[in-house]
Order: sequence, then C-alpha cells, then structure tokens
Amino acid sequence: MNKNKRLISGNEAIAEAAIMAGCRFYAGYPITPQNQIPEYMSWRMPEVNGVFLQAESELAAINMVFGASLTGTRAMTSSSSPGISLKQEGISYMAGCELPGVIVNIQRGGPGLGNIQGSQADYFQATKGGGHGDYRMPVLAPSTIPEAAELMMAAFDYADFYRTPVLLLSDGILGQMMEAVEFKEYKPIKKLVKKDWILDGARNRVPRSIFSLMTAPGALEKHNWKLLEKFSKMEKEVLSETYLAEDAEILVCAYGIMGRIGKAAIQMARKEGIKAGLFRPITLWPFDSKTASLYGSKAKKVLVVEQNLGQMVEDIKLAVEDSKKVFFHGRPGGGVASKEDLFEKIKELIK
Amino acid sequence: MKPVYLKPESLKDVVTSYCPGCGHGLVHRLIAEVIDELKVREKTIGIAPVGCAVYAYDYFNFDVAEAPHGRPPAVATAIKRCLPDRIVFTYQGDGDLASIGTNEIIHAANRGENITVIFINNANYGMTGGQMAPTTLPGMRTTTTQKGRDSKLHGFPLRVSELLATLEGTVYIERVSLIDPANVIKTKKAIKKAFSNQLTGTGFSFVEVLSPCPVNWGLKPLEALKFVKDQMIPYFKLGILKDKTEEMKKEKGA
Repeated sequence: MNKNKRLISGNEAIAEAAIMAGCRFYAGYPITPQNQIPEYMSWRMPEVNGVFLQAESELAAINMVFGASLTGTRAMTSSSSPGISLKQEGISYMAGCELPGVIVNIQRGGPGLGNIQGSQADYFQATKGGGHGDYRMPVLAPSTIPEAAELMMAAFDYADFYRTPVLLLSDGILGQMMEAVEFKEYKPIKKLVKKDWILDGARNRVPRSIFSLMTAPGALEKHNWKLLEKFSKMEKEVLSETYLAEDAEILVCAYGIMGRIGKAAIQMARKEGIKAGLFRPITLWPFDSKTASLYGSKAKKVLVVEQNLGQMVEDIKLAVEDSKKVFFHGRPGGGVASKEDLFEKIKELIK
Repeated sequence: MKPVYLKPESLKDVVTSYCPGCGHGLVHRLIAEVIDELKVREKTIGIAPVGCAVYAYDYFNFDVAEAPHGRPPAVATAIKRCLPDRIVFTYQGDGDLASIGTNEIIHAANRGENITVIFINNANYGMTGGQMAPTTLPGMRTTTTQKGRDSKLHGFPLRVSELLATLEGTVYIERVSLIDPANVIKTKKAIKKAFSNQLTGTGFSFVEVLSPCPVNWGLKPLEALKFVKDQMIPYFKLGILKDKTEEMKKEKGA
C-alpha cells in the first residue's frame, strides 16, 4: 500500500499540501464551504511547530499573513467569496509591499451572502484586480484534488520567487468532495531565493522597513514601473491543459471543476463522432491567450462554460480572433452544468 | 568632555515631518531611549500605523513595518508568534487604534499577545487635517464637527484604556501625558515598563499617551499642553488602569 495515497477532501488536501510546502503560518476565519482548511490547520500546524491563529475577522487574518510574511515565514489564509472580498485590503497592501503569501478562495455563490454552493463567480475579482491599485497577482485554478495539492505547493514557490500574493481559486465542489490523492514529495518549482528583505531585527545590519506609502514626488510612479517589470516576468508563467484540441471543431473552454465536467462532455461527444476538444487554463492570471487563440481560431465554434453569468468568456473573446463564434453557457448562483447538459450544448452548436 | 545628552541610537539623525509642538517627536524619543536602555534595538520590530506616524520607519533606527489602517495589532500578533524572542510593538493614533482598528486591538489584547502598544490620543485625525476622532471631546471643534462635537449626534469619546482593562488578556495599562517634564518622565517610565514586560514574557502592555496637536487644535504649543491638562485629563483620567505585572511574572517564573 502506498502510504502517501490518501482519500481526502479538497480542503484538507490543500491544507496538507501547504504544510508539505513549508507553510508554517495560517490565519483564517470560519466560513462555509472552506471550514475544513482552518480545522485541519488548527491541529496540524502545532505538529510541525507552525502557528495557527483563528483571527477575529478576515481583515485581521490577511493582515496576520502580512505580518508573518514579513518575518520570512511561509504564510497563508483561506476563505470563501464574501470573506475574500474583505481580504482585498491586505492583498493590495501585500502587492504594494511585495510580500509573498498564499490566499485560497473556495468560491461560493454570490453576490452578497449568496449561498454555500460551489461557484465560479469570483473570476473577475481574482484576475482583474480585486483590491485597489495597479497590481497583478498569479491565480491558480485546479480541476482535481491531486492538482489542487500540486498547485498549492507551487503557489508558495511563485509567491516567494516573485515576492507576491498568489491566489488559489477553487470552489465549493472541489473543496468538499473527496478523492484519492497521492501526495508527491514537495520539490520547489522555482529557485528559492534567500529572503534578504525580511524584518527580524536589525542585528549586524542596517534597519529595514516595509511600506507601501510613497509620497515623495515620482516615488510611487517609479515603484509602479518596477512592479510592472516583475508582472511582465510573472506573465510568462502560464499554465494550461488541452485535451483533444488539435483537431477540435468545437473547442470547450472551461477552468477548475467545469474543466473537469467539460472533459467528460467531450468524451461523450467524441463517442458520437463530434470533434470536440478542451482548453483549460490552469493559471487564470497570467492567461494562456496564445493557446486559447491557437485552438480557438482553428475551431469552428468555441463554447465557454462557467459557473457564473459569463466572466472568463471575455478573456476567450479577446484571445480568439473571431469573437462571433464564441458562445457561452453558464449556471450562476451555485448551479452546476452536468456533462449531459454540456454534451447537449455541444450537439446544438455543431448542428 | 563627557556628553550628557545625546540622540538615542534608536533614532535616526533626521528631521521629522511632525508639526511644531506635536507630541509624536517626544514619544518617539522616549521609545528610542527605552529601547537603547533595554539594549534591544537589534531585535526590535516596530509597526507604524496609518496617520501622522506612518513615516515612523524614517525616524526609528530599527526594523519597522507599515501596516494597513488599524491593523497593526494583527500584524504585530503574527510577527510575535513567528519570532517570539523579538521585541514587537505597535505605535498607533486614535483614528487607527480607536476607530478603524477597534476590532484588531480588542482581540490582540484579549488573546493576551505578548506585545507592547503605544497609543497616541490627540483627540483628532491629525494626518488628514483635523477631523473628529472617537476620542474628540464633547463640544470640541474639528473640521467635521465645526460647531463642536455633539454627543447626541456623534456619541461620546471612547476611553480605550478603560475598555481594554476589562479584558482578562491584558496585563498592564496606563494612561500618561506630556504636559510637563514630570509627566514626560512618568511617560517614559510607563513605556519602559511596557517594553520590559515583553522581555519577561509577561504579556499585553498598553500605554495611552495624551498628546498635544497644536496645529489642528488651532492653539500655540503651550496652549495645547494646557488644553490637554484642563480639557482632556478630566475626561481621560491619568494613571494605572490595570497592572498584573508582578502576578504574571510569578506565574511565568520570571
């Protein structure tokens, strides 16, 4: 028996992967459907001499991550949509201060308090800013639990390498469901650079400071130009998966859990002789427009499937030259399209 | 010749952006003297607020981070939990601590975080030009209470020290002022105790300093000190509100 193989929920797999990647600080606040993450961390962190804090609010939690991060500790928080809105303050400050950290969003239906069903309604918030100010943030979107574990480990490497907050964008379905996961040993995917910027007391060195207020004339503009240089490097870290896309006449574009359901629908279509294929972005920012464009342009029709009213479809339209052939199918508010629904949609479009 | 009065090593040799007669410069100096005396400059991490003291990292000669508005206690909590042997303190004004950051200060205090908090109460929002703060006195004129603070509309000045003293997690809470040399010496003593408690792991220590803000109050520096004495102190009584230091030391075996 492989002792690294465990039947585990998405939320717990994400938490364990973080521990394996050396995360030693977690702060969070209860909100469904992500509660298994803080619950798991509450007993697991002390086992590895890490810090678990149940914060008084989402604001406090992200600011605790801010504080832990500036000591050089790998730190994370997790929440679900309404809580992620509250964390935007800290995310913007971390982007401004160039502090690494990982934020997990187990999305639920919105707007407002919404519901506790899985959803993909926070795509815009995740990929187009979220917090105030001119910043970019890597967004990773797993479609299976093993992939969630893998991306969670990678998230810490991206965060440290680029000194940036990184968002793992998942959803209530993936968070709550269970799957067999074979945890691979953590191997950094980026070179781990020495953190020579942390605040740990100015012993035998000049004092350091970490701040985001820059009021001297031109100082902030200079800082923003410097950040742009970094964002341009981050932009090269695109990840995506294609499935039977080479000869696809209809290209299904979906991410996260919908990517997985989309794949099942494509298998149904192929059995009926319909040339369907999949483009599944894994990084939502940076967005793999090149691959979307390559297969989207070749296909006769492009079907974007999301658990929302249509958000990623805008990025697909930007990538595919003829946006008139881009169609959208979405279920908002916690609704989930089944593989049969998508198969019907594919058949309808290919007629 | 032996110099009798030097700039503390914990202060950088720079000109601050504080207004003439402001209390911040004085409190910065007292903190710097205390950190020098305790010989902890090389293991101190300060947290600056949003407000007039936002630039504290330009003035203090040790590691300083600037936190989002009101969040220094959350940031300090995490730093101290990650690096328990460092000296971690927050420096916050009344807008930062008593308004937008009430949640963070109450919970950090209630968890009994082993940190030091220096709270500057000058009864208004200094940095943004003198708006009403939660600590603005009844009848006091500010840019958002131009006819004076009306308690029927705006409620009453918040006594944060009294509030925190009710929490089990707090160890030492004292309110002090800068109205004359004797009180400045008392303030330094309080700050020193609040930092010393961290060295012995005694727990959450909090010093509220009633501080003059002559420019926003529309007063000359000496008149501002008189205002603190005659108007603020009657409402915000000076003294020790809570002191479990000895009890906690015994408990810790310190």
